[in-house]
Amino acid sequence: MNIVVPVKLVPDLVEDLEIDESGITLDTSWLRLILNEVDEHALEQALLLKEAHGGTASVISLDGEGVDDVLFSSAAKGVDHLIKLTGLEFGDDLNNHAVARLYGAIVERLEPELVLIGVQAHNDLDGSLGPLLAEYVGMPYVGYVSGITVTDGKCRVLKEYPGGLIAEMDVVLPAVLGVQAAEAPPRYVAISRIRQAMKTVSLDEQAAADPDSGGGPTIDSMFKPETGERATMIAGDEEEVAAKIVDLLGELGKV
Amino acid sequence: MTTSTVDTPEDFEFNDAFRLSLEEVEQGRRIRACLQCAACSGICPFGFLMDFPPHKMISAMRAGMFERVMGMDSLWLCVSCYACAQVCPAQIPLTEGLMTRAKEEMVLAGNIPVELQDALENSQRYGNALGEPPRRRADWAAGLEPAVPILGKIKRSVDVLWFVGDYASFHPRGRQASQALATVLNRLGVDYGILGPEENSDGDSQRLAGERGLFEMLAEKNGRVFEKYEFQEILTTDPHAFNALKNEYPALGISYPVRHYSQFLATHLEQLQTMLGGAISARVAFHDPCYLGRANGIYDEPRQLLAAVPGLELVEMLHTRETSICCGGGGGGMWLDGFRWEKARFRLSEVRVQEALAVGADILAVTCPYEMPRFEDAAKTVEGAEHLVVKDIAELLADALVEAEVSS
Amino acid sequence: MNQDIHVVVEHLRGQVADITYVALAAARGLAAGSGGSLAAVLLGHNDEGLAGDLGADRVLYIDDPALADFNPEHYAGALTELISADPPRCVLFGDTSMGAETAGILSARLDLPLVSRCRSVDTANGALSFVSQICGGKILVEGALPEPVSLVTMVPGHYQPEEGRGAVAPEVIQTSISPRVAGRVTFNAYLEPAVGDIDISSVSVLVAVGRGIANEDNVEMAEELAEALGGAVCGSRPVVDQGWLPTTRMVGKSGKRVKPDVYLALGISGAPEHVEGMSGSELTIAVNTDVGAPIFDVAQYGSDVDLLDLLPVLIEQVQAAKEG
Repeated sequence: MNIVVPVKLVPDLVEDLEIDESGITLDTSWLRLILNEVDEHALEQALLLKEAHGGTASVISLDGEGVDDVLFSSAAKGVDHLIKLTGLEFGDDLNNHAVARLYGAIVERLEPELVLIGVQAHNDLDGSLGPLLAEYVGMPYVGYVSGITVTDGKCRVLKEYPGGLIAEMDVVLPAVLGVQAAEAPPRYVAISRIRQAMKTVSLDEQAAADPDSGGGPTIDSMFKPETGERATMIAGDEEEVAAKIVDLLGELGKV
Repeated sequence: MTTSTVDTPEDFEFNDAFRLSLEEVEQGRRIRACLQCAACSGICPFGFLMDFPPHKMISAMRAGMFERVMGMDSLWLCVSCYACAQVCPAQIPLTEGLMTRAKEEMVLAGNIPVELQDALENSQRYGNALGEPPRRRADWAAGLEPAVPILGKIKRSVDVLWFVGDYASFHPRGRQASQALATVLNRLGVDYGILGPEENSDGDSQRLAGERGLFEMLAEKNGRVFEKYEFQEILTTDPHAFNALKNEYPALGISYPVRHYSQFLATHLEQLQTMLGGAISARVAFHDPCYLGRANGIYDEPRQLLAAVPGLELVEMLHTRETSICCGGGGGGMWLDGFRWEKARFRLSEVRVQEALAVGADILAVTCPYEMPRFEDAAKTVEGAEHLVVKDIAELLADALVEAEVSS
Repeated sequence: MNQDIHVVVEHLRGQVADITYVALAAARGLAAGSGGSLAAVLLGHNDEGLAGDLGADRVLYIDDPALADFNPEHYAGALTELISADPPRCVLFGDTSMGAETAGILSARLDLPLVSRCRSVDTANGALSFVSQICGGKILVEGALPEPVSLVTMVPGHYQPEEGRGAVAPEVIQTSISPRVAGRVTFNAYLEPAVGDIDISSVSVLVAVGRGIANEDNVEMAEELAEALGGAVCGSRPVVDQGWLPTTRMVGKSGKRVKPDVYLALGISGAPEHVEGMSGSELTIAVNTDVGAPIFDVAQYGSDVDLLDLLPVLIEQVQAAKEG
């Protein structure tokens, strides 16, 4: 079973985000990019399926700061084929439509049975990558998936709905699935294994085609939410804070 | 590097490769001299809970079945406290060798508790185990007067590079102790500077948790930053950083004179004594941190500093100096509290707080940034410990300095 | 081509989702600005009864056995027909497990621009615009809804669902559209959430834990507090993914929606996906060491003390208050 995992790097929200002078994009001077959290789950799910059924796993990423680390770390975890699209980077003005078209071209060449992709990313502004990619390559798509079982030519997926309800669906392969959670937490890989991968595994660098961003909106302005209606902060140490919380609970008859 | 996959009940190949790798550790060949006396397992604070305490790990290895040890996660109870190595009559480097190497195999196999995984990933991503934004590393010093010099900004050489460390930079209690140490250094007129956002975790606890590659990566980052600046020596807040810089970094080609701040201040004792005017009337018990005490043999300097504070009465707990008991934070223990509680249902920090109470201490003095939050937390749950105050030695000194200012 | 606004109705087992009413509230303003009318698009099978309280001018109803339960392929197929036949100015969806993928497929298939994570819309000077929230709610983005046709997925937060309910039942127009079924995706069955656990949506005091709870050990402390308060513990996605709480305790987009009297958010940053599930709480008190965390935009009271320091003290004080 051959699986492709297209990934996206997104701004790390641990750092304060600043908007640059243009007012329509993030200031990149302190921006740190990390692998989209649910892409880690997509990758883990791909490895679990590969371990169960054999075959290969490939990861596709655009270029950008930190991308090599992400790719080599996925190789250390068991991914066979690392594809890096060069000439364009995350953080360039590329929307998901553009990225989906670029990734779609690679997916068509690889002809995998399954494409696993994080169901969403926190900076999606023109939809998530999964359904766009699926449609561009003519595959069916189901998202919010938290369980995948593969049996001859199709897979049975668990799709999550609000409230904890889960739908079981069958999807004919090849297909694109938007992963919400892998069946096991993403594994840890020792740094020495990543360093080993850096020495022994090669990146398959492919020049990205000209991007086509058609299908997304244009940003007129970017701003931070107003902080006017923020919570009243309770002053003092934990004793005082606890006392105030008990007061509040008392007013509602909860203690 | 050997593989850690287990194919058969007895994976002799893995066993032998592991045994040979132990002999590469300094004094590692001494493992052949194991008497099976079990002193190590007896003194280990968690030995009675381990499926394979240290002496049984060795017997399993001798029997060719070390991979069975790998199948047991109770190895993660080890806090790398050097108690086993200290007591071993055959002087086997149990902490450095056996326990750390075994954890390395666990990490390579990806067999690690989730909490520890988070700390390791944070260390890799942010250069600190807490997952704090690196650019806020010097925030603890914001607003201090005189300003704490940051080497990247002052662009001049200094006598002392103060390596602050993760918890002393980011943990709320550690930050207070760092502010106190800055006050003491300023009063002594020490020409020092910190690295601020350029500093990375020293990596020693990550190393002892089995992530040697991560340790090397962090050490190399720190090494490159050290090279940018001119200084005479390095001063550390954290005994783990001291241990790393003194004993581990040189093998990676990163070699600088280094002292723990208690050693450094002890050499300024005469000058300090003239400034410590204010009395602190309290009974103070000092907790020897594993990586100052057993690992590096530094027992006297912290006590000299405490004894210099007027009015302060120094008392010794039941376990002291070489027999000190770990706070529970070592060897990755700082990031395994939930795991350990699940396994053990007791906390070493509580044991220590009870010992402090038993000798009538008002203050439990510490000199390792892991310890303050651990002991303060324990003091909340140990009966009768409500009034026990946990203070870093730097805080006690700073308090006495402030007193002196007021009375003059 | 017309200036109408469509809202695709999201429903699950006979229940219209709140997000549909939120989208209807947003769409009402858009229709006023565009000069078109507002149509709710209902896809289902024998589901006409769901149309009654939709706050729309009319309901376009597509009935087909293939639409009895949500299926992205069938939904996208039916909507492809509907939109291609007479393209409206905008089609609104919920940014949810159903809406997000349907809108994505349609955007790529019909080459229509898609705006996601939309919090509010505006029609100043006749121009239709949106505000979307990205980066965990830390950044808002404003722009024009592209002409002539835009697809939009809505997140909750700005409009109240009540604004999207209608007082009188709208006219229901049965369409002759049927989904072109390719048979690549088949719905089998619903799997009920694990039984035997309490239903957090009916608990009046919730102690919610997030990533900041740090480890499983501390979840026990939260349980202790919840017990003292006669409530229950719930959590955000990361805590459930760690296996520290069962899925039945998850609050948010993919979990439960709760409206307790008191929501005590401990170590929760307040990502929009979580806030969606708890914004209806009467009183929210948030504890998080990051004073910039978005949860403080939702909470009425907050504190930046370390929750691990606070928990034991709070448990003690609550127990004392109960006894006293």
